[in-house]
Amino acid sequence: MSDEVHLYPYLVLGALLFTCGVVCMATKRNAIGILIGVELVLNGANINFVAFSKYNAVFQVEGMIFALFVIVLAAGEAAVALAIVLNFYNNHATVDVDGADELKG
Amino acid sequence: MLQTDLHSYVQLFAFGLVAGLTGLCAIATVVTQNIVRSATWLLFTLAGTSGIFFLLGADFVGAIQLLIYVGGTMVLVVFGVMLTAQGPFIHMKTNGAEWAISIAAGILLFSVLSVGLGSEYLARATGARGVSKDEDTKDSHHAATIGQALSGAPYGPERKNDNNAGTHYLLPFEIVSVHLLVVLIGAAYLARAKRRKEEIT
Repeated sequence: MSDEVHLYPYLVLGALLFTCGVVCMATKRNAIGILIGVELVLNGANINFVAFSKYNAVFQVEGMIFALFVIVLAAGEAAVALAIVLNFYNNHATVDVDGADELKG
Repeated sequence: MLQTDLHSYVQLFAFGLVAGLTGLCAIATVVTQNIVRSATWLLFTLAGTSGIFFLLGADFVGAIQLLIYVGGTMVLVVFGVMLTAQGPFIHMKTNGAEWAISIAAGILLFSVLSVGLGSEYLARATGARGVSKDEDTKDSHHAATIGQALSGAPYGPERKNDNNAGTHYLLPFEIVSVHLLVVLIGAAYLARAKRRKEEIT
């Protein structure tokens, strides 16, 4: 059996994390809960990247480099998102995303 | 032959254990209503993901995952939770209908993804198994290779002799560095304490 077959359990795990992240983003009303959902989605993508870097010779280095980029960019995204959430909390005294409706037409 | 069988079984068992724990923690992150518990389950999910990376032989990425995600991002999230966790915001409920729709959509999405993967898996497992692997992928998962690829030096077994090796990642690396600087300044600007505004108004 080809070695590449072992790739698929990892992809299923990545899909599970992705789905959990999407559901988390859809159901949580707390802004930080939505941020947690985004982290889950990015982790699912990262598992796919690293699994491909192991089982596909073309992406040997590329998969890991893109995983590293995703990790670093997720850290930056978390910092900015939390700054926005704190600012929102200071102005509105709530972290409920349903309260952020000033841009509504 | 027996040894390779044993090795693959051990690997399979380790993967099943770590993947099961990671998946359960991810589901618990979504299901729990308490935001503090959700952040804690996310911590375990991230640690499990780094375990998956170690199992895949990507030691460097796993270590970076532990350092940046579990060490840095989780501290940020926990600080955000602590600074905004007041009474009603810890247990913010979503109503039943929204839960039902979201869970149905989630199950649908996961089944679409896994059915697609499963059909591809069956096609590979039964059909063309002649995917030849003439190069050894085990030895190239070192931090040195990643560093060479990032700095633009030739890397990898097949590209070492190639003088004008096309792809390297120096420019994305620099862009990420500048991006981090911008994020640093932007986050400090957004999260600063505002005293000026009160003086003006």
